[in-house]
Amino acid sequence: MNLWLWILIACALAYLTKLVGYFVPAKLLDNPRIMHVAGTMTIGLLASLTVVNAVASGQGLVLDARIGALVAAAVALLLRAPFLVVVISGAAAAALLRLLGWG
Amino acid sequence: MSGGSAPAKLRESPAFKVALSLSIATGLYGVSFGALSVASGFDFWQTMVLSLLLFSGGSQFAFIGVVAGGGSGVAAMTASALLGLRNGIYGMQINAMLRPGGWKRYVSAHITIDESTATASGQSDPGEQARGFWTAGIGIFVLWNIFTAVGALAGDAMGDPKQWGLDGAAVAAFLALLWPRLKGRQPWAIAAACALATVLAVPFVPSGVPILVAAVVAGVIGWFSHSRMDEGLEPDVDPYAEKRRHEKDGHGNGGHGNGGHGNGGHGNGGHGNGGHGNGGHGNGGHGNGGHGSERHREGGTR
Repeated sequence: MNLWLWILIACALAYLTKLVGYFVPAKLLDNPRIMHVAGTMTIGLLASLTVVNAVASGQGLVLDARIGALVAAAVALLLRAPFLVVVISGAAAAALLRLLGWG
Repeated sequence: MSGGSAPAKLRESPAFKVALSLSIATGLYGVSFGALSVASGFDFWQTMVLSLLLFSGGSQFAFIGVVAGGGSGVAAMTASALLGLRNGIYGMQINAMLRPGGWKRYVSAHITIDESTATASGQSDPGEQARGFWTAGIGIFVLWNIFTAVGALAGDAMGDPKQWGLDGAAVAAFLALLWPRLKGRQPWAIAAACALATVLAVPFVPSGVPILVAAVVAGVIGWFSHSRMDEGLEPDVDPYAEKRRHEKDGHGNGGHGNGGHGNGGHGNGGHGNGGHGNGGHGNGGHGNGGHGSERHREGGTR
């Protein structure tokens, strides 16, 4: 039930963030510092989410099949594969490594 | 809709075509969200509410990613909200471009995401911008939700998600969302610094919090290193890449030039000095496939 609450708050915040953009004077777009912070934050969050999902297990750090997924995804991206193919490569790599008995 | 002046026009509209193919491509990967969400312990309706109401891919993946890693609901909500901040910026841009009034403003806000913004901002004619935005926004909303449902139902029937590598799919999905933003040296340095901060924080703080630590690190770097103003803010899709490539006399590679990013980032991550060292000055002029800055000019002049 608790999770439902946070889901709904996240949904409300997501919509309000979008909507606020429509009511903010366009002048704010001229503030390079604010724009830049918003941009670096997006990069930082996505990098962090990638790492957490690759090596964190609770409060521990582990190297398991997920590292294989990370490498496979990077290779797919270097080959300019579309999003869905990248995701499938990651899943396939992790599944394969587990099938071979690692991680 | 503001752009639908004549239905017959739609078939000849380049923005409409781009938006339609983008809708199908993006909608399809709703399957991976649905399956991952169920694998992360969310039930069918929680998954659907995230797709219907939160409706922003990155934030949705972040929410379930934090919970999957054992993080709390608050941490998940915070990560999702921070990642959604860029949609507010997109909102300003779309508002400057289309000036939707009345109820349309409230509907367009909901479908203001990477893809709809990218489609609209790649056009210069106001009618085309509107057609692109509404087609991509509504098209993706409908397909994304249908395929989320498909993924959630399929995922439920699959048993142990690890056996299918679904945790690996999450890793790949985040890397794929990050990848298009890593153009040039500075984004790589920021990504490396935040990745390092995350790894260092994991053993010391509760699950989910390392992501917020990284957000703070990224914010600080951004605050003290303003160079290119739209770093990382380009929507994570470039629907017009194909077209641009053709315009450059059919030469696929010249335009994108991925020579720059590879090594700088890795070197920094390994040595752990990515943080302020690079953020501070390494910003010269990594010229970059222009759609981001064009958009800003557009926003500013109206």
